[in-house]
Amino acid sequence: MQESLIVVGNGMAALRTLEELTELAPDRYRITVYGTEPHAGYNRILLSSVLAGEKQLDQIITHPVTWYNERGIELKAGVSVTAIDRKTQRITDSLGNRVPYDKLLLATGSHPVILPLPGHTLPGVLPFRDAIDVERMLAAAQGGGQHAVVIGGGLLGLEAAMGLLKQGMEVTVVHLMGSLMERQLDADAAELLRCELEMRGLRFRLNAESAAILGEQQVTGLRLKSGEILPADLLVMAVGIRPNADLARSAGLVCNRGIVVDDHLSSSDPAIVAVGECVEHRGVVYGLVAPLYAQGKVLARHLAGVESPGCYEGSTVSTRLKVTGVDLCSAGEIHGEKEDEILIFTDPARRVYKKLIVHNERVRGMVLLGDTRDGPWYLELMQRQEPITPIREHILFGNAHLGDAGHGPAGVVHLSDDHEVCGCNGVKKGRILEAISRLGLTSVEEVRTHTKASGSCGSCTGVVEQLLAAALGGDYVSPVAKALCGCTQRTSDEVREAVREGQAMPVRAVMARLGWSTPDGCPACRQAIQYYLTVFHPASHQEERSARFVNERYHANIQKDGTYSVVPRIFGGITAAKELKMLADLVERFAIPEVKFTGGQRLTLLGIRREQLPAIWSELSSHGMVSGHAYGKAVRTVKTCVGSRWCRFGTQDSEALGVELEQKLWNCWTPHKVKLAVSGCPRNCAEATIKDIGVVGVESGWEIHVGGNGGIKVRVTDLLTKVATHEEVQEWSAAFLQLYRREARYLERTATWLDRVGIGFVREQLADPAMRLALASEFQKAHTEIEDPWQAGSKTESARHFAPLAIIGQQTEVAA
Amino acid sequence: MNDTWHYVGLLDEIPSLEGRVVKHDRLGDLALFRTSDDQLYAVEDRCPHRGGPLSAGMVHGRMVSCPLHGWRLDLATGEVQGPDHGCVTRYPVRVEENKIYLCLEPDHA
Ligand code: SRM
Ligand SMILES: Cc1cc2nc3c(=O)[nH]c(=O)nc-3n(C[C@H](O)[C@H](O)[C@H](O)COP(=O)(O)OP(=O)(O)OC[C@H]3O[C@@H](n4cnc5c(N)ncnc54)[C@H](O)[C@@H]3O)c2cc1C
Ligand code: SF4
Ligand code: FES
Repeated sequence: MQESLIVVGNGMAALRTLEELTELAPDRYRITVYGTEPHAGYNRILLSSVLAGEKQLDQIITHPVTWYNERGIELKAGVSVTAIDRKTQRITDSLGNRVPYDKLLLATGSHPVILPLPGHTLPGVLPFRDAIDVERMLAAAQGGGQHAVVIGGGLLGLEAAMGLLKQGMEVTVVHLMGSLMERQLDADAAELLRCELEMRGLRFRLNAESAAILGEQQVTGLRLKSGEILPADLLVMAVGIRPNADLARSAGLVCNRGIVVDDHLSSSDPAIVAVGECVEHRGVVYGLVAPLYAQGKVLARHLAGVESPGCYEGSTVSTRLKVTGVDLCSAGEIHGEKEDEILIFTDPARRVYKKLIVHNERVRGMVLLGDTRDGPWYLELMQRQEPITPIREHILFGNAHLGDAGHGPAGVVHLSDDHEVCGCNGVKKGRILEAISRLGLTSVEEVRTHTKASGSCGSCTGVVEQLLAAALGGDYVSPVAKALCGCTQRTSDEVREAVREGQAMPVRAVMARLGWSTPDGCPACRQAIQYYLTVFHPASHQEERSARFVNERYHANIQKDGTYSVVPRIFGGITAAKELKMLADLVERFAIPEVKFTGGQRLTLLGIRREQLPAIWSELSSHGMVSGHAYGKAVRTVKTCVGSRWCRFGTQDSEALGVELEQKLWNCWTPHKVKLAVSGCPRNCAEATIKDIGVVGVESGWEIHVGGNGGIKVRVTDLLTKVATHEEVQEWSAAFLQLYRREARYLERTATWLDRVGIGFVREQLADPAMRLALASEFQKAHTEIEDPWQAGSKTESARHFAPLAIIGQQTEVAA
Repeated sequence: MNDTWHYVGLLDEIPSLEGRVVKHDRLGDLALFRTSDDQLYAVEDRCPHRGGPLSAGMVHGRMVSCPLHGWRLDLATGEVQGPDHGCVTRYPVRVEENKIYLCLEPDHA
């Protein structure tokens, strides 16, 4: 008979315990999980990344419903447990059911603390604890909320504040203490952190006590004791958490701050165990996942009934702030008491601060800001309590430096196999190395898949990388410099430089010269090499059809059913009756199933069969219409608004400039697709600020913006420059495009490229008039020599290849 | 009968590293591919994934990549390459004096 195990709480601690348990004893229990939150299991830690817009909610689901199904676990998402009857061993759920258990696991987490200030129940006052809180914050930010106030300058408060800042809100952090994160940082580090965050745009009120939350229907502000009123469309309270022992307490279990458990995670009732933030173990309540996971591991072994399940003896924890670009990590004693020695290293220029607290030659604590690479090493020294006498002289320079000084192997090699690299998932160095060698892993992603290391908060990714590098030696290609594809060791940058410096030659010859492992490459490298040849040897490179993906080979987009779409170019999106009549005729004559306006202000003809393509091109060309390149890594559309020709607000003629720009730039291969837009005034109806090149009319002329993207990840443009005339816009745009064509990697859009090289680089290159002119004319020269692909295509030999080679009937046999 | 050889065209009519279609009223579309060393392969023109027209794919080595979602098939075995699974029916082809002959009896070897 299977015993029944009821789990209350579907959070991180419960799920980790169940993972371990179902691995050790898959059939021992019939498991039911109750969770108040209406979701399958997700990684709460990454809510900060969701708020910062770096991840979507569905990307942080760690346990999809299938995970439960595969293990025969019943998930009651959205159902709470409301009472426990220990005598009859039954729970009551929020639907009123009474369900018996043999074992009960409590993993109810914590409550966020809400200060009982006047107004604390107003809409717009939120804690930062679960997915719904984050959804509400995002909705407030996107719904036009401008001001956010975060009460609490601890870890959670700062992550919330930085997230909201990234969402475009003006954010003020109100903190009761005189320094931020006072439990994890000493005053100096806290001050450095404050400066760092202020530089990024956060505002602070330190030593500030909140008095009342203002608002009638909805929060409008926060009044401080000092009398100051901070406007707020959103108020987030991140002032701490309180273990959620409500259920346990009302069932009469021994509770203190949390549910009191022994070293086996057993409560005062042997049928009830508990794990996570809701428990108190040896007087300590934890609020980070690493210790909860360690608890889960021990508990799972007990539940599984393994021999010598072991004890949980408490954890040393370290804290990291998850704000992109701000590296901070601390652990243990941070201030230092009388007998302690304090070692400090500061480098204001690099904004690095490191502090170690040493007692009796042993590390007791650390605070690292700006450079946290040695965090794991210091934490290990702390946990092992080894004397540091032999390395004391160098310890602040980190263990990489020790390697240089001949004190031992460099970097992570120094860590013991027992060292826990990934605190979230409790993965030790030895386990990672074992997986790397046994399974032949070569990338961080693979290590993540097979060991879970770096799969939660991701802060140990750097260490995992170093381990890979150490284990694989020369074979490890660091992820920033990934090989172009499986056919070569070379990176896209290396291939581009080789092509730039070499002569024009066929794609296969480039492969042979650069030592490819395959005779004719693969789709990825063939296209990349051809692109580089096109850019650097425009006059002499012979276009090779076989190095083009079907869309670029057939000058049309392949559709899911194998038909094609054809999008003629309509310069600036402006058409005329004659053109429309011709298109209408064409649609009827070829029985084209659908005509649609695209998102880029063009007309697409959908459902065209392969063999019809050359005839359609020929028809369109004969009426002066050319390819819209909707299929290519090429200049696509220039979207325009009506501008000063028609619009009562228009300050500039965006239609004219849009048409001129498209005429100047079209018919040109680029690393990835390039989209433009021209708006006649800053109302920006053509959405220029999410385009690769976006031009916005202002009273005195035009602003040129670059590097926008409205696709997978929205990126707003950076302002490149402001100019007065159409000619200048054309010159700058052509120069920018040529710089991008020369410097970006194949398949890198301007947004990704700019994120990599920085707008500073582009401004610097283009600010020099000689350089700008040179780039613009290089662009001009290269691209005036190319004929419209439809015109060309319909005339060439290969037009025949669109038809079947042969049609074979049951009896007949016809060669085409 | 299907096992006779059908003349379908000249080798030069299939560009190197590309595919062409042979239409058959009962078997549907078949795809003929030419590799860089002038080997010819014929398979049904339907990707096992979602029916993509393999004949429009890129040929590399003995492989063709489906134009829709990039599955790779080994033309000599008809097998989809890992991590995906599936296979296509293959048909024997031979070339004599630049002439291509196709056999409509599937190749199970
Ligand atoms: C036709 C069109 C949808 C429509 O009916 O409106 C369309 C259709 C496709 N888009 Fe798009 N996109 C279309 C406008 C857009 C827009 C809006 C715009 O251009 O103003 C965007 C966001 C703007 C941007 O690019 O920043 C857009 C962002 C994407 C992306 C994401 C690109 C990115 O870098 O994030 C892809 C995927 C890719 O390129 O890898 C994509 C890919 C595709 C592909 C090519 C998918 C594919 O590989 O087959 C679709 C081809 C369908 C076809 O055969 O026509 N489409 N696509 C639009 C054609 C615009 C045009 O006139 O040329
Ligand atoms: C924004 C944010 C960022 C964080 N960042 C980090 C970090 O970087 N590093 C780190 O180590 N930790 C971090 N933490 C803390 C970490 O997420 C928690 O320590 C961890 O999630 C606690 O796990 P748990 O299972 O004990 O509780 P939870 O994950 O909170 O799970 C408890 C679950 O039980 C449910 N529940 C409660 N009562 C009942 C009931 N009666 N019936 C049914 N279900 C019930 C709750 O709804 C909840 O879903 C962060 C937390 C937040 C909110
Ligand atoms: S959004 Fe673009 S890629 Fe997605 S289905 Fe629509 S057209 Fe296709
Ligand atoms: S249909 Fe061929 S890969 Fe999807």
